[in-house]
Amino acid sequence: MRIRAQASGDKATVRVLMSHEMESGQRKDASGKTVPAWFIQEVTANLNGKQVLAAEWGPAVSKNPFLQFAVKGAKAGDKIAVTWKDNKGDTRTDEATVS
Amino acid sequence: FAHAAFNKAAFDAKSVQDAAKAAGAASMAESKDVTITGPDIAENGAVVPLGASTSLSGVKQLLIMVEKNPAALVALFHVSDAVDANFMTRAKMGQSSDVYAVAIMNDGKAFWAKKEVKVTLGGCGG
Amino acid sequence: SMGSFAEASAATASNGLYDIPKFGHVSFLHMTDCHAQLKPIYFREPSINMGIGSMEGNLPHLVGEYLLQVAKIRPGTAQAHALTYLDYEKAAKRYGKVGGFAHLATLVKRMKASRPGALLLDGGDTWQGSGTSLWTNGQDMVDACKLLGVDVMTGHWEFTLGMERVKEIVEKDFAGKVDFVAQNIKTSDFGDPVFKPYVIREINGVPCAIIGQAFPYTPIANPRYMVADWEFGIQDENMQKMVTEARGKGAQVVVVLSHNGMDVDLKMATRVSGIDAIMGGHTHDGMPVASIVSNKGGKTIVTNAGSNGKFLGVLDFEVKDKKVSDFRYKLLPVFSNMLPADKEMDALITKIRAPYESKLAEKLAVTDGLLYRRGNFNGTGDQLLVDALLDVQGADIAFSPGFRWGTTLLPGQAITREWLLDMTATTYSYATVTEMTGETIKTVLEDVADNLFNPDPYYQQGGDMVRVGGLSYSCNPVGTMGKRIGDLRLKGQLIESGKKYKVAGWAPVAEEARNQGNKQVWDVVETWLKAQGGRVKPRKLNAPKILGALPNKGYAA
Ligand SMILES: [Mn+2]
Ligand SMILES: [Mn+2]
Repeated sequence: MRIRAQASGDKATVRVLMSHEMESGQRKDASGKTVPAWFIQEVTANLNGKQVLAAEWGPAVSKNPFLQFAVKGAKAGDKIAVTWKDNKGDTRTDEATVS
Repeated sequence: FAHAAFNKAAFDAKSVQDAAKAAGAASMAESKDVTITGPDIAENGAVVPLGASTSLSGVKQLLIMVEKNPAALVALFHVSDAVDANFMTRAKMGQSSDVYAVAIMNDGKAFWAKKEVKVTLGGCGG
Repeated sequence: SMGSFAEASAATASNGLYDIPKFGHVSFLHMTDCHAQLKPIYFREPSINMGIGSMEGNLPHLVGEYLLQVAKIRPGTAQAHALTYLDYEKAAKRYGKVGGFAHLATLVKRMKASRPGALLLDGGDTWQGSGTSLWTNGQDMVDACKLLGVDVMTGHWEFTLGMERVKEIVEKDFAGKVDFVAQNIKTSDFGDPVFKPYVIREINGVPCAIIGQAFPYTPIANPRYMVADWEFGIQDENMQKMVTEARGKGAQVVVVLSHNGMDVDLKMATRVSGIDAIMGGHTHDGMPVASIVSNKGGKTIVTNAGSNGKFLGVLDFEVKDKKVSDFRYKLLPVFSNMLPADKEMDALITKIRAPYESKLAEKLAVTDGLLYRRGNFNGTGDQLLVDALLDVQGADIAFSPGFRWGTTLLPGQAITREWLLDMTATTYSYATVTEMTGETIKTVLEDVADNLFNPDPYYQQGGDMVRVGGLSYSCNPVGTMGKRIGDLRLKGQLIESGKKYKVAGWAPVAEEARNQGNKQVWDVVETWLKAQGGRVKPRKLNAPKILGALPNKGYAA
């Protein structure tokens, strides 16, 4: 994941680029068989270890998903961690420091 | 922090109305205090930047939807005191459609805003 | 009506044309959409440029006499010829060619002499549109613009040279000389600005901000893969932010150098406040008078300076108490017979063209009829292209994109390779042949019609209708999406929605098309031209039957 967290005023804007196929479940392969849906279902974010965000996503979120949100009270030096979990159970967590 | 399990019923629902209902909306009304952001014309139907926000207090969930997608719900955000009720992501759109932001309040009332996003074949210019 | 000026000499006609009194303290010179035309050319303005909805009957959607009435210009004058299609062939012979950078340079120098400190703004579509710009990767225009003294620029077709080439020019050739500005281009990862959003330059001690607005729909109208890492869009909110920021930094005059297209400029002027003037391009509207738009911050002037090097816009501001108090605007036509060539620019152009001169000059045929492009539905020059595609590609139907660049040939002029490239030179001019169902054909026409006639300008892309060969149809501009196009017929027979047809075209935006080894469209058309036995007969214009929307002051066919 690429995470950018920038403090401005009394909050930090967090922008995240994840790496995931986000297969829609609508697409057919060359033999005409439907390619099964494969997508990130849950996204969570923590500020210094405390959860601040939970989101649920469907297969209509674009490939290599983008997420932007703003965390109140976050300041430079704080740690922002983002975790995703997909419908196959795969998961990934990355962390960034607020600048 | 209330961590919700994946709301399959909401993501399987075809229409904006049904998806909101499955997410807990008891009533639906248009509101100027809810904002949906997105391009007028999508630069790429596979990657359409959409944002939902609201200035209303007492919001529990913010939903981003594309009316004419096979299933309307794109993303559902649980709003906590720790974050702004303001989220952006990017969505797939197969055709021109209205896109919605729906704010579901703690009391089950839901407020929405919509805008048209055009998906075009492109290819001409001045 | 030609009689009214037929006896006057060209010199008499030019009297007063360029002697415009200086006004105020701050001046901007504006050129746009020259499409790499370094030499004088002919260019016929459209007889069809329809406005619908709130745009009906308003600038820029006035053609011919309707436009002259609003501008209070007498028919038959040099200015009337520059602005309209009226009596086109006779007037073109009478007044001669227009544009050309050597003649434009003379005019720019004259204006700068009477208006010390004036800035020259280039609205873009400068590095594309000719053989030499294609073959030199835009270097010919970059060098010519530096010599011309362009101060600030924004872009559109520039981006079809690819992101790296654009960055190279902006960072190397333009460094310290030309500011390339665009508030509405961001990186597609985290949305960082790609170019400076604006610059603040002092003119006679007055800080002036020039904010750039690149063509918002570049990744849609042109191949997206050429700008893959960038996002565009209109970005009203960021525009407002930039205006406020520039004012905060002390700018007393704020001008937007725009490539929105004029209808989008007019709408933007209602939504963003604090802009003194939007000087626009892209839709190639040569507007002799400024439009004044009210918004919550006051008033914004909107101008549009035509295309092909044919015009120079001159905007003078009077500044009092640190803000604009009054203005004057003139759109000056560049008549190459009335403005002597600037020697230095002429020498540069000769040098640029030298390696290519014989290739450009090769005569492919002589045209018996007038060949032009501009107009909402078709032009005889495009008709020639689709006729050639139908024949050479053995297709049922041919499509040619609704581009607004491309020059005009008078009856009896040679069709040279140079003209053919002026009509077709892009970095993706592959000739295609595709099987399309009748349903797809209708969908394509509906899609383009909605981009042209959507009642909300923010949903328009600023091109004209795709040109069609072989197929007849009807078009209702005031219909809704999906309901404008009807009565599609091939040789009199209705098109069947499930049946497949062989469709020839060119300039595909899809990425796959670039690796298919297709010929360039100019090679296909050249084959056809050479088979005509030296002369090309006047083309029979295939234009749709217009249902609804008439009468319209943008329709004089
Ligand atoms: Mn142009
Ligand atoms: Mn353009």
